Amino acid sequence: MSLMDRIKDCLGTDLIEISEFRGDVCVEIPKNRVIEAMTSLKEKGGFDFLSDVFGVDNIDLYAAKAKKAKKKKKGEEEEEEPKKQGPPPPRFEVIYLLLSLKTNERLQVRVRVPEDSMDVPSVTGIWKAATWPEREAFDMYGFKFKGHPNLRRLLMWDEFKDHPLRKDYPLEGKGEERHLNYDTV
Amino acid sequence: MAKEIETVCVTTGPAEVGDYVALNIGPIHPAMHGTLRVITRTDGETIISAEPEIGYLHRGVEKLGENLTYRQFLPLTDRLNYCSAICNNVAYELAVEKALGIEVPEKAQLLRIIMMELARIADHQVLVGILGVDLGALTPFFYLIIQREEIYEIFEWHHGARLTNSMGTIGGVEAELPDRFHEKWPKMRDSIRKANDETDRLLTHNRIWMDRTIGVNAFCADDALNWGFTGPMLRACGVKRDLRKDEPYLMYDKFDFEVPTGKHGDVFDRYMIRMLEMEESIKIIDQAYAMYQDMPDDAPLMKKVPKIIKPPEGQIYHAIESPNGELGFFIKSDGTDKPYRIKIRPPCYMVYQAFGELVQGEMISDLIACLSSINVIAGELDR
Repeated sequence: MSLMDRIKDCLGTDLIEISEFRGDVCVEIPKNRVIEAMTSLKEKGGFDFLSDVFGVDNIDLYAAKAKKAKKKKKGEEEEEEPKKQGPPPPRFEVIYLLLSLKTNERLQVRVRVPEDSMDVPSVTGIWKAATWPEREAFDMYGFKFKGHPNLRRLLMWDEFKDHPLRKDYPLEGKGEERHLNYDTV
Repeated sequence: MAKEIETVCVTTGPAEVGDYVALNIGPIHPAMHGTLRVITRTDGETIISAEPEIGYLHRGVEKLGENLTYRQFLPLTDRLNYCSAICNNVAYELAVEKALGIEVPEKAQLLRIIMMELARIADHQVLVGILGVDLGALTPFFYLIIQREEIYEIFEWHHGARLTNSMGTIGGVEAELPDRFHEKWPKMRDSIRKANDETDRLLTHNRIWMDRTIGVNAFCADDALNWGFTGPMLRACGVKRDLRKDEPYLMYDKFDFEVPTGKHGDVFDRYMIRMLEMEESIKIIDQAYAMYQDMPDDAPLMKKVPKIIKPPEGQIYHAIESPNGELGFFIKSDGTDKPYRIKIRPPCYMVYQAFGELVQGEMISDLIACLSSINVIAGELDR
């Protein structure tokens, strides 16, 4: 059975989308089914090793696509009414990189996260390897991993307010300065 | 909340973590490699709990990557693991090449392999040398560092830099092996072997060395896999996994070499694996050099790549076996000349997050030994 079929078999109805680019298979699963899908992938699918967890902010991608679509329409001068669009796609996504140690196959698992509900179930119960990557994803994007044992900032300091890897955070920063508050306890 | 505090005050049972002496090691401390900080709770010399704090060298490499073109990002990868910058360069180049869907000519692949294996030897030599210094054995450090300088000399001949190499480019390598390499390599191979042999004789069966390393920070294979260990740290636990064998990239599947594994995952096994890997690297370089010499002189070194690199829309992940373990680059492209998202998977990051579990119950001096044997490089840890 090919990799795609096995994943389809393993995830069942949790599978939203499956795609392949340059040999890298990427699947999308719903946010509220992360724990179940990951457990199934680990136990049934043989993906027993977690390589990494990180976030992606897609806001600029959507904006660029919308602009492109607009330009195209202007060029063609179509007079058709633009189709009514549904709600905008979720802004963020969390990507899990899985690896099967037996077959050496890799899999990217994508979970879309809308901006207004940043809760994502934590996979630290399945792989301890997710501990720091999830803290970093929280630090950089603001995902709230439910069930994480110690969800604090990792690379930025604790008093830092923003989430620097979001696309709307400027590259040069906002002039924050770190003031060290020495613990007196 | 108030109720909880009350119960804590009333409790007279076993001591809590907070009752022990807090000892802060780092971020500026001669024994901490780079800017690392560990907050420990100790009972006498025994560590009850240890919590590493990182981020002191965070430069936002990933954010910078989103604002630079694909070629401009290459020199930044040097600043990740500065002990073996070439491995970072090649890992990034391979990731972009995968996104573009191209494969570089064989001669360039061989050049990359030779340089990467030299960098691996240099990296392992630094680790073994520093591990010795941290445990009080200063002599092997000098034997090994002299050899490392020789390796850096070759890098300097080839691409003009010692530490921050920025070797090669997307699509190939600019220059052939320097002429002086042909005379230098046979001599250098012997001197590296001699230095390793001397180190081996000074350390491996040394009573003090064995007492300080055998059984220290032993870790089992299941825990190591659960925590995401890769590279020598995982092999020391007894798992035979090497991306050069398991997911061959470049031409590694054409070479004959062994993957040494340990048993107990302690500091001694980690040291021993690095010593053995240096020998395997020499074997690989010898084979690659022989193949390189069989190549015709006018064989191409570069694949034709457009001046402005624009990979098609999509996302890829490519990992290589760096001296520390799996070094991966995730690149999401939106079809423009800049990566939309670039994520680096540093190998020591995954190991260092288990640091608290690794050193729990050990002595403070073993914490230093553990830190050296992990090979935590602040540059790739904090990015």
